[in-house]
Amino acid sequence: MIITLLYYVLTAFIALLIIWNLVKSKKWQDEILYIIILIPFLLRLLRLK
Amino acid sequence: MDKALIRKFFLSVLGTALMVFAGISFYKSRHLKEPVVLGPGVTQVKKLSSYFSKLEGSINDANVYVLEGSEPGGTILILGGSHPEEPAGRLMGWIFVENAIVEKGTVIVILSANRSGTTVTRLGGAYPPDYSIPTEWGEQTFRMGDRWSNPLDQWPDPEVYIHYPSGQELAYVDVRNLNRTWPGRANGTLTEKTCFAMTQLIKDEGVDIVFDLHEAELQYPVISTIVAHQKGQDLAAMASMMISGTEDFSMGVENSPETLRGLSHREIGDHTDAVSLLLEAPEPMLDATRGRTDRALLLEGKDEFIVKAGKHGLLFERIDENGWHIDVRVGRHCSTILQILELWSEEQPEKGVLMTQVPRYAEVIANGIGYYLRNPATASASKLTFE
Repeated sequence: MIITLLYYVLTAFIALLIIWNLVKSKKWQDEILYIIILIPFLLRLLRLK
Repeated sequence: MDKALIRKFFLSVLGTALMVFAGISFYKSRHLKEPVVLGPGVTQVKKLSSYFSKLEGSINDANVYVLEGSEPGGTILILGGSHPEEPAGRLMGWIFVENAIVEKGTVIVILSANRSGTTVTRLGGAYPPDYSIPTEWGEQTFRMGDRWSNPLDQWPDPEVYIHYPSGQELAYVDVRNLNRTWPGRANGTLTEKTCFAMTQLIKDEGVDIVFDLHEAELQYPVISTIVAHQKGQDLAAMASMMISGTEDFSMGVENSPETLRGLSHREIGDHTDAVSLLLEAPEPMLDATRGRTDRALLLEGKDEFIVKAGKHGLLFERIDENGWHIDVRVGRHCSTILQILELWSEEQPEKGVLMTQVPRYAEVIANGIGYYLRNPATASASKLTFE
């Protein structure tokens, strides 16, 4: 249970890093990439997939 | 306003829309209710947690359908949905629960042995979230499911899965595979606890035979067969001969390997008094060489690429343009169980299990599975449960 919670914390942390990269990005191609890879992290945090 | 900021905003809106679209689909799939109309033979509906309280309230606290005959006899347990992406087992269980009348002995059916596994499809597999069976009163929709428990219910996976109690090292993902976690562990993962609860059920109810219903890809050598623990080899061999001689299909027999741990046909036989048998029917959708993975492939089992693989001698079961329809796969399970029970009851009359109103192979093909599914809209509340 504790390990599972830690994994959710880790997922949230990585999601925040991706969002930070999205904000700082200058290239639209990178922005699309960040948004696509962010989706599975958010779906897991929302406990949808 | 900064152009880059506007672009980021619109791309984020697009991404959110994509996530919401996917999220709604995943949510609906996970929460789809599958109705079960209790047939005239059902005498009790228990919960799996009544055999192991730590499972209470969890997603795997499955319904346990009990069909008791008026005459004392043996007890059998039928497990559907050990691997939910192999739907023939669950559908056959539905036919039993909604139709069977037990005259002698007791039949226990679990339709969703790994209910968590029914609430997800293979990650990245582009599987359909559900499928529908046509009936005279409309159609009934079932969750597609996966081979493993949903990661939402058991996460993360270890680097290597060490099976309890043997200590054998297995693939990491099989820590969520219900057919690799027998006999289960009381303080283990959700999947291990589920197996532990079912092992307790087998012991508490004095189950004589356990049928674990599966389907296999045509490129897998263990197919169209009964995998039998050594306690059930004679029974399985005799049933194989009888089926191959009297039914319109052949059924093989495989011995349960003693060195491969965690499987129902091995561990149930080793850790309880029950005879454990695992039945395999062919399911083309599981083959790696398949084409489009959709509902039609799941239900009709037709795929030109698998047919081509067969022409190259790469398969362990025949396939032609007719495919492997779900009616055929369910019918095989029905006839195999009925044949085994006939032989068992002849050999051990005091532990016999006799039932009526369960169709055999030819009847399932002639009528279709939908013929045996009852309309939940016309069932009284007391006769309706959900999986």
